Amino acid sequence: MCDTCGCGDANLVSVDVHQSLLSANDAQAAALRLRFTGDGVTVVNVMRSPGSGKTALLEATARAFAGRHRLAAVSGDLATSHDADRLARAGVPSAAITTGTTCHLDAAMVERALQGEIGAAARACEYFFIENVGNLVCPAIYDLGQHANVVALSVTEGVDKPLKYPVMFRHADLVVLTKVDLLPHLPEVSVAAIRDALARVMPEPELIEVSATKGAGLDAWLGWLEQRRAAALASRCEGFGS
Amino acid sequence: MHEASLVMALFDQIDRAVAAHPRARVQEVHVRVGELAGVEPTLLRTAFEAFRESRGRPEAALALIEEPAEWACAKCGDAMARGAVLQCACGGAARLSRGGDVFLDRLELEVPDV
Ligand SMILES: Nc1nc2c(ncn2[C@@H]2O[C@H](COP(=O)(O)OP(=O)(O)O)[C@@H](O)[C@H]2O)c(=O)[nH]1
Ligand SMILES: [Mg+2]
Ligand SMILES: [Zn+2]
Repeated sequence: MCDTCGCGDANLVSVDVHQSLLSANDAQAAALRLRFTGDGVTVVNVMRSPGSGKTALLEATARAFAGRHRLAAVSGDLATSHDADRLARAGVPSAAITTGTTCHLDAAMVERALQGEIGAAARACEYFFIENVGNLVCPAIYDLGQHANVVALSVTEGVDKPLKYPVMFRHADLVVLTKVDLLPHLPEVSVAAIRDALARVMPEPELIEVSATKGAGLDAWLGWLEQRRAAALASRCEGFGS
Repeated sequence: MHEASLVMALFDQIDRAVAAHPRARVQEVHVRVGELAGVEPTLLRTAFEAFRESRGRPEAALALIEEPAEWACAKCGDAMARGAVLQCACGGAARLSRGGDVFLDRLELEVPDV
């Protein structure tokens, strides 16, 4: 017998939960973000398909910011630490997060990485970059405690990628169109078509065209980073005031 | 494939939700998957069926509801047509009003008589 309501069919109980499957990750990410914000660290999660030029972008960022801002980074990689090694050579304290068969980073992996050697640099830097695993589907849904999501999209990937992978672009605050130095060799790729596709998957599309190798567009990208940092720091002051 | 990780999180949620009914058998797990949640329903189901035994819920059936994405203007509330530019005629930007999440809605349990 059901001892709650005394109904005849005793044994069936319905339990309402109404909770996102990501709620545990989101709570951990929110705690990370609070700590980063308190430390004055601006966290940028960079997502992309493999080979879109994300590490090259971060290397160029490191060169441009050298002597102006302190950077640190973690790179999610299925098996190797090549990206972390490249960033270390570019003067950015960095660590690899080896994900094995997992196709994405989650907040717990970032938290664990921060307990390692990179932790001190990650707390003392101004910009902390999280280079996500090269994948256009999975990483987007995991909050890592970042202040901004950036998707690196290369001109060689074709103009329909935003329409094919709307979830990643829906979560993006900025799309960096990389390797624009190759555009003269790609007559079928039009930046206008890419912008149009983005406008159908991002409510407030922002696109910056960059060539990491030639340096074109880097100033706009660095300016965007500084603006995001100012906004994150301002939110911290508001938080203290309230 | 992040559906396996999601299913592990789902079984953790189930464990917490039924903690008050330690002898309950979980019969149905009702999950809502938004079109733009970034979750593949068939992969979620495969992962669920692969793990339910080892997570101690062998009787559990996954009831999936797929929820289409809906965008609406954040300013005036007008709905956007599918595939349209996500900018309203009024100048407002669109906001996803449905179909962006993957949610555990509810569980159906069978609680044995004492
Ligand atoms: N032409 C050109 N090639 C680039 C540029 N950025 C990266 N690459 C090349 O693209 C390849 C992949 O770059 P990488 O940074 O490793 O991509 P990731 O996998 O996204 O980190 C490398 O061969 C780079 O030399 C660029 O701005 N212009
Ligand atoms: Mg890389
Ligand atoms: Zn409107």
